[in-house]
Amino acid sequence: MLSRVAEHIYWLARYIERVEDTARLVSVNANLLLDLPRGIAPGWKPLIDITGANALFEEHYQDYGERHVVRFLLADQRHGGSIMSALAAARENCRTIRDIVPREAWEQLNGLYLFASEELQHGSTKTGRHRYLRELIASAQGLNGLLDGTMLHDQGYEFLRLGRHLERADMTSRIADVRSATLLPDAEELRPFDTIQWVSVLKSLTAYQMYRRSEQIRVQRAPVLRFIFQHASFPRAVRYCMEAVRSGLEHLPRHESALRVLGRLARSLDSAELQRLSHAELHDFVDELQAGIGDLHQEIAATWFLPPPELPQEQSANQTV
Amino acid sequence: MNPEIDWTQYDCNGFYDELVAAPGQPREVVRALLADLAALGAEELAERQKAADVSIKEMGISFTVYSEEGGTIDRSWPFDVVPRVIPQREWQQVEAGLKQRVRALNLFIDDLYHEQKIIADGVFPREVLAKSVNFREQCMGVNPPLGIWAHICGSDLVRDADGTIYVLEDNLRVPSGVSYMLENRLVTKRVLPELFEHYAPLPVDDYPSQLFDTLAALSPRPADYPEVVVLTPGIYNSAYFEHAYLAQQMGAELVEGRDLFVDDDDSVYMRTVDGPARVDVIYRRIDDLFLDPEAFLPDSALGVPGLMRAWKAGNVALANAPGAGVADDKVVYAFVPEIIRYYLDEDAIIPNVPTYRCMEPEALKYVLEHLAELVVKPANESGGYGMLVGPASTQAEREKFAAAIKKDPRNYIAQPTLKLSTVPTVVKNSIEPRHVDLRPFILSADRQQVTTGGLTRVALRKGSLVVNSSQGGGSKDTWIVSEDVPDEPLAVSREAADTRGQTQK
Repeated sequence: MLSRVAEHIYWLARYIERVEDTARLVSVNANLLLDLPRGIAPGWKPLIDITGANALFEEHYQDYGERHVVRFLLADQRHGGSIMSALAAARENCRTIRDIVPREAWEQLNGLYLFASEELQHGSTKTGRHRYLRELIASAQGLNGLLDGTMLHDQGYEFLRLGRHLERADMTSRIADVRSATLLPDAEELRPFDTIQWVSVLKSLTAYQMYRRSEQIRVQRAPVLRFIFQHASFPRAVRYCMEAVRSGLEHLPRHESALRVLGRLARSLDSAELQRLSHAELHDFVDELQAGIGDLHQEIAATWFLPPPELPQEQSANQTV
Repeated sequence: MNPEIDWTQYDCNGFYDELVAAPGQPREVVRALLADLAALGAEELAERQKAADVSIKEMGISFTVYSEEGGTIDRSWPFDVVPRVIPQREWQQVEAGLKQRVRALNLFIDDLYHEQKIIADGVFPREVLAKSVNFREQCMGVNPPLGIWAHICGSDLVRDADGTIYVLEDNLRVPSGVSYMLENRLVTKRVLPELFEHYAPLPVDDYPSQLFDTLAALSPRPADYPEVVVLTPGIYNSAYFEHAYLAQQMGAELVEGRDLFVDDDDSVYMRTVDGPARVDVIYRRIDDLFLDPEAFLPDSALGVPGLMRAWKAGNVALANAPGAGVADDKVVYAFVPEIIRYYLDEDAIIPNVPTYRCMEPEALKYVLEHLAELVVKPANESGGYGMLVGPASTQAEREKFAAAIKKDPRNYIAQPTLKLSTVPTVVKNSIEPRHVDLRPFILSADRQQVTTGGLTRVALRKGSLVVNSSQGGGSKDTWIVSEDVPDEPLAVSREAADTRGQTQK
């Protein structure tokens, strides 16, 4: 497998995952707000906090109102994490490796991109949003299924899994971080809403039902955190993602140093006593986790991807990732 | 009720139409096809055309065009659903002619890079070679595998008003379009499956495996399963779709220059996840000058430093061989009949379009006097650029060209304006004739193979003769069909079918 191709597959997977996760996020937030009294609702700003793109956002929008936030997350091409940007990038990556990806998968992605851009206007309205986002999520899932079911499970497939699970682990930890930080003050009369917020954390990850099934206790902070960070069999839990990454790495040659980085990450995840962490400590923990995910990405790139092209100064100035 | 298409209303204005001999009169081999189309009706056909357009968009069959803003856009491949049909017997002649032509051209190229006997014998003028922009000094004395230089050739064929098929030009550098030929068939099957009830056009989808065999035959390590790669300039190239498509169909790696490197052993390797892997054959879709910055343009980032070194050492095969484009020159084209006679001692089976070589004083005089009737082409432009189309030109353009020709007569040829044949084409809700050409692809290695038919390109604008996709042309599925007229009763001529039924009773 060509190094460049491995890199494109990896990014293809990351972008598809990003599309799905962002769509979930917007969709769940809209629902959450319907369930909370106006005065205490956290509004839309947390979504931008999750993406960490506040500076970019504030550069172009005056306030964190619904319309602006949704546009930024769905359509803004200046924002690399927006659904349209991620889809366009996924499509470009896929086009580059058309010879590797099953044709049906390319057609599905191309179709998804066309749907997303053609229906964007409609999907940006309050009434059209739900159906639009549901369709994006279903298509992204369908695409993952198609790839799993039709692509050679060779090295390329391992890179697909690496990309998907690193992106997913990253997003899960961000959601937990931001959502717990904006939680309501610890007042007795707000308890029912507190539950609603933790339910929304779970729902952002489509984890609510599985949480119920697996934990069989009411929704509260400690078990929710354990579930989404440390559960070994829930596919969007960070721990599960790390295991998937490990099995991917083990199938690749020259994996020693990447496995070492992963090992450190997994150990700190396993040993964390999440229920004891305060908001601030949880935030630090997530910061560390994300830095670890970043290190792992760097290690993967250094081991298997093509060294960046040596471009003349002026050309490289125009290159954005 | 959707009205049937009335072929008696179809008027080809004195041009040769590939399907309709005269209003209401189908050519023998397409009788059933035209009846089926008629029964379908123009509106339904227009619907199918829309379905085809949607299909092409979804399948992502596209080509890249450079937009005026300096960026690039990906445009859906323009396609017309009415197929162009060629009788098999006629095609066999064409096929033989193409093989003959490419055989001679390969001998010619090989001769030019060695002894240049054809020049010594006075058949081919030295001055033409001296001014050839695609002749590569660097290739002198090189012996590519099997002595073949142009492994993939795309020759453009046109049919004139009297029905004669001519070769219009040969493309021996990096001819493109074959993927669209393959996709056109797929789309036609999707949107007009009923046409295949009466016809079984010869399949086209062997091409990728033939191409692979052609390339594999060049491998410097014949004992092993050769590592064949397709070298592309990248996604911004107008033919990127095709590069990816062919790589995919052949199961070969699609590589960019930066994926490859030449090591101290003068062999080519690609950078893979497992480390370097040796490459045997490169189907390169990059022009000569960008192949190797050490040998050609030093600041090109598309190619692979040292590639020419590896090729000359015989450690990697390049298809087409560098320098093969020397025969791509339109002035060389004008000599092809002589070239065939010289190397094969045969007459050309497919004629050239009559061509005036401006380097010859008499021809020059004639051309300058008849600019308004002729098409003038510079020796080394492609894609329809830089031409003078006499009948459509202004006095000022003719004067400009006259000056240019006088300044450098060797660089120009002129040809009579051809009356390109037409094929019925969907235009909104009706059917009108549009001009076409045909680009078959000829593969040469240990044996020669020609595509069944080729890529029919069609000028979608009324009256236009420009078929290049970069200039608004489209394409059609091309069918080679046996003359054995289908024995099924025709869907449309119900009366005829009824009568036949009665006589059988």
